[in-house]
Amino acid sequence: MDRRSFVKTVSLIGLSTIPLTAKSKPGTSKPSDKKEFKAILVDITRCEGCQSCEYACLEANGNPDFEPDDFEVNVERKTSVDQLTVINAYDTSKGEFYVKKQCMHCNQPACVAACLTNAMEKTKEGPVIWHADKCMGCRFCMVSCPFHIPKFEYESNNPRIRKCTMCADRLKEGELPACVENCPNEALVFGTRRELLEEAKRRIYQNPDDYHHEIYGEDVVGGTSYLYISPVPFEELGFNTELETEALPKTTTGFLHGVPVIETLLPPFLLGIAAAAKWKSKKTEEVEDEE
Amino acid sequence: MKNNMKKDLKRDAKNFLKFFLSELKPKGKLLTPFNFIAATIIFLGAVIAFFRFKDGLGSVTNLSQEYPWGLWIGFDVITGVAFAGGAYVITFMVYILRMKKYDSIVRITVLNGLLSYMFYAGALLLDLGKPWNVINPIIGNSFGMNSVMFLVAWHFALYMIAEFLEFSPAIAEWFGSKKLKKWLHGITFATVIIGITLSTLHQAGLGALFLMTKSKLHPLWYTEFIPILFFVSSIFAGLSMVIVEGSISKRVFSNLMSPEHHHTHNDIVFGLGKICAIVMYVYFFLKIVVLFHSHSMHYLDTPLGLWYISEMLFFTLLPLAMFTYSVRHRKGNMIRAAAILTLIGIVINRLNVTIIAFNWNLPERYYPSWQEIELTLAVIFLEIVVLRWIVVRMPVFNEKKESREDKISITSAS
Ligand code: SF4
Ligand code: SF4
Repeated sequence: MDRRSFVKTVSLIGLSTIPLTAKSKPGTSKPSDKKEFKAILVDITRCEGCQSCEYACLEANGNPDFEPDDFEVNVERKTSVDQLTVINAYDTSKGEFYVKKQCMHCNQPACVAACLTNAMEKTKEGPVIWHADKCMGCRFCMVSCPFHIPKFEYESNNPRIRKCTMCADRLKEGELPACVENCPNEALVFGTRRELLEEAKRRIYQNPDDYHHEIYGEDVVGGTSYLYISPVPFEELGFNTELETEALPKTTTGFLHGVPVIETLLPPFLLGIAAAAKWKSKKTEEVEDEE
Repeated sequence: MKNNMKKDLKRDAKNFLKFFLSELKPKGKLLTPFNFIAATIIFLGAVIAFFRFKDGLGSVTNLSQEYPWGLWIGFDVITGVAFAGGAYVITFMVYILRMKKYDSIVRITVLNGLLSYMFYAGALLLDLGKPWNVINPIIGNSFGMNSVMFLVAWHFALYMIAEFLEFSPAIAEWFGSKKLKKWLHGITFATVIIGITLSTLHQAGLGALFLMTKSKLHPLWYTEFIPILFFVSSIFAGLSMVIVEGSISKRVFSNLMSPEHHHTHNDIVFGLGKICAIVMYVYFFLKIVVLFHSHSMHYLDTPLGLWYISEMLFFTLLPLAMFTYSVRHRKGNMIRAAAILTLIGIVINRLNVTIIAFNWNLPERYYPSWQEIELTLAVIFLEIVVLRWIVVRMPVFNEKKESREDKISITSAS
């Protein structure tokens, strides 16, 4: 390599890596507890399985004519592109109980970390929402969500990702989420996450025999804005209790931090090897010449 | 001086256009069995693609809410990119390590890589729900910086440019611009270095996509080292592909190759086989370490565990042994068999991660629809047709040939 092409090489490499390095620096999702996330507490002891929340949700999400099917005990219904929340019934050691299911609005959502267009957004108020104009429909959010929540409109040529938004639009107007507002049994409580954690603990301490001593959502996958308290252990109610407490986006930070490092170190390293290889091949040629 | 250059460029562009149009005409017979099959499959693929965009992904695929990614991602993109890894490995060997022996296969390998990427990226567009928004993460109105997918997409796109530049001297040579060729040659070394860096990262990045699927991917396949495993396996996947493709094109395009090329072919195959063997040792070792590290040994006597063991024994250890044996005893055919087995193993490994061992704890399963398979075939055939179109026109196998007049026309060309 002569000097000119060396300069060309180095500057080209430099040009190409600098913007990339800057771009790929992983922004850190700030710890949740400094912000006051809004949250919803579900008290399973109070839910009577009336499905009012399901109907209210359909109404609030522009789907008022959809007729949800009735639940069957121990048969898990899933949320769908139409139904963003569903009620399931479980036969447990303490009798039949009902569990509302929807997006958990994770503090550090895997779906948001997955999204390469920022179409999935964790708002500072707490709800995780989706933007139609940004999404490119790669469905990586669905692959990543540990609760199997985002749903994709496979039958549409302009598909949407559908999931509970905690009624972020209604919240802005100062209203309650539709499900909370329409629950006749006060099984759903809306508030800040901190308040609701305290409330949940208060209920457990004051009625220690009525509750299983655990809040689902307090620290599963780094904590969620949906919090559940229950009379029985959560595995009896179809919850995934095997999920770890580590937030899922943390599993990728090692890789994401490694990228700029490799981008800056690998090219000069390759240049070094190339120089060494060149030197070596020249030397062998010279030796051959001399012989 | 500048003015002159401008004029030159203008003339070059004009000449190029004329030349390009004349080259669009097919060379050789059109109605061959291969052409017929290829045309049918590609046409059918186009029909399916039409319905996919008209009625949505659900109309032609078996994708579901539990299996958002199917054959098009698992095979076309994730396996395909591993197969295309040959380009960065070979350029590394030739331009960085100066292993002169492999000079003659650089162009065809880079071309293969470039086309694979172009068509797999194409397949990706078919799979996107809203492909028109694909510009969002690129033009920068929406940077999802925390997203592994974001990194993969960018490295993917940039690598395609790098590969195009690496191949471009052949294009310049094709329409006879020496000046341009010289300039392009000048930047090859830089693009090679950038290309290797980008490849390392996006090969690993495809594995990193699955880091967040901890609760969904079977513990025997889920590991935090998955990016490293994907990277290392892309080396021997790419080289095996080079071996297999090399033996095919040696037959199909033999009249385009210089005698010198024929001569060195066997030597090259043995050299590549040796590297495959070494890297596969490393990979196998890593897999074992990961297995111990993951505390998932108790899954080994479940059905998926047996499947894991077969992946390891029949598609990693066996081809590894075959490579080792055949390199030592100079058995060319066995090397090719080992390379094919390796490729099958890579398909199995990538499909295990993306589909088979994914959602292992759910009752739902996914099997590709015939349309998904058909369209995949269409993409492959389209790539082969374009590859052939380029190979019979541009100096791909034989860099030294200076003029384009003496190009040999071959019998059944596109
Ligand atoms: S539950 Fe799933 S969709 Fe909802 S915020 Fe968490 S990761 Fe996202
Ligand atoms: S499907 Fe849309 S929202 Fe989901 S990760 Fe892809 S771009 Fe983001």
